[in-house]
Amino acid sequence: MKGTSGNIGQTFATASQVTDQKDYSILNLGPTHPATHGIFQNILTMDGEIIVKAEPTIGYIHRAFEKLAERRPYNQITPITDRLNYCSSPINNMGWHMTVEKLIGCEVPKRAQYLRVIIMELSRIADHIVCDTVIAVDTGAMTGFLYLFQWREKIYEIFEEICGARLTTNIGRIGGMERDFNEKAWNRIHAFLKEFPKALSEFDKLVTRNRIFMDRTINCGAISAENALAYSFTGPNLRAAGVDYDVRVMSPYSSYEDFDFIIPVGTNGDTYDRYMVRMEEMWQSMRIIEQAIKNMPDGQYHAEVPEFYLPPKEDVYSKMEALIYQFKIVMGETDVPKGEVYHAVEGGNGELGYYLISDGGRTPYRLHMRRPCFIYYQAYSSMIEGGMLSDAILTMSSMNAIAGELDA
Amino acid sequence: MTTNVDIKSEYKPEGLEGQGFFATSLDKAVGLARANSLWPLPFATSCCGIEFMATMASHYDLSRFGMERLSFSPRQADLLMVMGTISKKMAPILRQVYEQMAEPKWVLSMGACASSGGIFDTYSVLQGIDRIIPVDVYIPGCPPRPEQVLDGIMKIQELAKNEGRSRRTSPEYKAMLAKYGLE
Amino acid sequence: MHHEIHPSASPATVELHNQIKDALIQSFENDITGSQIDYDFPVFSVAKSRIHDVLEFLKNHNEFEFTFLTTMCGVHYPDNAGQEFALVYQLHNMQKNWRVRIKTFMATNDLNVPTATDLWLGANWMEREAFDFYGFRFTGHPDLRRILNMDEMNYHPLRKEYALEDAGRDDKQDKYFGR
Repeated sequence: MKGTSGNIGQTFATASQVTDQKDYSILNLGPTHPATHGIFQNILTMDGEIIVKAEPTIGYIHRAFEKLAERRPYNQITPITDRLNYCSSPINNMGWHMTVEKLIGCEVPKRAQYLRVIIMELSRIADHIVCDTVIAVDTGAMTGFLYLFQWREKIYEIFEEICGARLTTNIGRIGGMERDFNEKAWNRIHAFLKEFPKALSEFDKLVTRNRIFMDRTINCGAISAENALAYSFTGPNLRAAGVDYDVRVMSPYSSYEDFDFIIPVGTNGDTYDRYMVRMEEMWQSMRIIEQAIKNMPDGQYHAEVPEFYLPPKEDVYSKMEALIYQFKIVMGETDVPKGEVYHAVEGGNGELGYYLISDGGRTPYRLHMRRPCFIYYQAYSSMIEGGMLSDAILTMSSMNAIAGELDA
Repeated sequence: MTTNVDIKSEYKPEGLEGQGFFATSLDKAVGLARANSLWPLPFATSCCGIEFMATMASHYDLSRFGMERLSFSPRQADLLMVMGTISKKMAPILRQVYEQMAEPKWVLSMGACASSGGIFDTYSVLQGIDRIIPVDVYIPGCPPRPEQVLDGIMKIQELAKNEGRSRRTSPEYKAMLAKYGLE
Repeated sequence: MHHEIHPSASPATVELHNQIKDALIQSFENDITGSQIDYDFPVFSVAKSRIHDVLEFLKNHNEFEFTFLTTMCGVHYPDNAGQEFALVYQLHNMQKNWRVRIKTFMATNDLNVPTATDLWLGANWMEREAFDFYGFRFTGHPDLRRILNMDEMNYHPLRKEYALEDAGRDDKQDKYFGR
């Protein structure tokens, strides 16, 4: 029974009429808006400058990841996971690989885990750079964005050295990493660790105690801890509200228990706290990377899972077994155990979970992605009602709503 | 102390030159002005939007090409840069934005998703924006490197430079618009 | 009652599973239709009529305190006659780091489920997504309409009988794309 997807017609939601004596105006903070950093529509009923009611509409970039995952073999799903929170794709990739490793019962060697930690923390820094500079841009401070984005380029260069791509990385493999970090990659990482603190403190000095910035962001878009937990918030937004929940600490994965870092926690849950939590997390990520480099164990950079990990090319061309494995992996014909598994990682925005149901076939039977953005964006309308329009813009950018993760 | 340096300008159109004047055809002068001061409308929807932000930032500076001022209002924009996946829910909005732009306008489709649907051959994704609006330049890639984006922009600049003043009123152009249902 | 323990489950998980199982059976008896441990999660299947009560019980229980709703999704099993659709809730007790998965099954012709929005505000959009993708009707939901797909869409796309690609696509020939 096939159906068509309906006619392409007007899909603007009509704002429900607020029954009151006052004469309200309706403002369409439309899907394409320079300040919304992503396509979300909010139809605002406004009393002058104050927002009385907000009706969000999402789904403008729904790409059907969950249905797409039912079609693709396990190693081909990694590029889709890239496009969830595309500001920090490596974390999504690693989360997926760890989910599959949990399913097949694969133990990843320590070295590979430490390498993964370095990559994940670098991408967390990249994600927080975007969010913090964009908060500053929305208050009018363009300079921080221009200076700090240069450091995103440095992180991109590190990713390029390891996996070949800048943004949508498809990094790592089921079982470990695809290659060990070469000399150039290590040099770049060391240079980054040496120079980035200076740039970050420059940005810090420019923005954090800036009176205009503080006036704009303190008490703007606040949410209490109880409400945040009721809305299933996770990540920096929840930590800004005062709850110290971090998946890396609560259910450590990939050797995070070996590292010593603090979880920054805010008090009010407002924009300033969210900004500060992310700022501090960047410093903590650098601490983790330094510890990982110092204590880097020797060993293999991938596990021995020939059913999932591509064999080296020289073996493919000379040994029969390797050739068969290569063929089976590329064509997606490997046998996967049956079972249901849920694994969560601490993404840039919170607990990114993969709920995988495998029926033994070459593709997942069901893959549900617990996307933190989708879940906490529900609270956006209640956070901005009663505030002013400019506060609504800042709240949106401080929540770091990434369209790819919202709509999936 | 000044020195006379003969600056070879590659951008100088053909014309008659003399002491203190330069005569060329109006088309070429207007084309030169248009090409080097395009006002883009960044219609950024997903990952390509982040690569566009990187292109706009200081490393791959876009304002070298005269695109310092981004216009988010279609009424004031020349170049519609569609960056990222366009879903069927978004398609009418894209079409409305295109219709609101004034002539002359160019469309740049950045990334595989905007050009053809990309890796998302699904029920909810529009398989290429050229199903609803005419496109001038396609930039493949997922996402394209900033250098590729700049290459695409330079091609748009070539188109803008060599446009000619009567292209938009010609019957071929009108026939193409009619094919898309625009007038 | 179906009872399976995954070999990789830790003793603490087994202990937790047994505690929850005992408490649930004591309060709900035959409405708990199955229990197992999948990898590291205790999983309980509940009859649809009591799903809201079970969730409330687990949330307000003074020892279990599963006050955080991690996620919720639907699954379609077209081959299970009479139990084609499943709804899966994953709950989390943050203080003690306990996680549990609650499932409920239902037939295609009866997809009415009580809403969980009175327990967790975050269930609002999760239920809208489940409605959009599968067609579950959450009774008592404040605003049950499509969330990710277009409002005019007249089918529920994640059901197994529908193809991934758009049915009206005419330019990509299936034989070149391996379909």
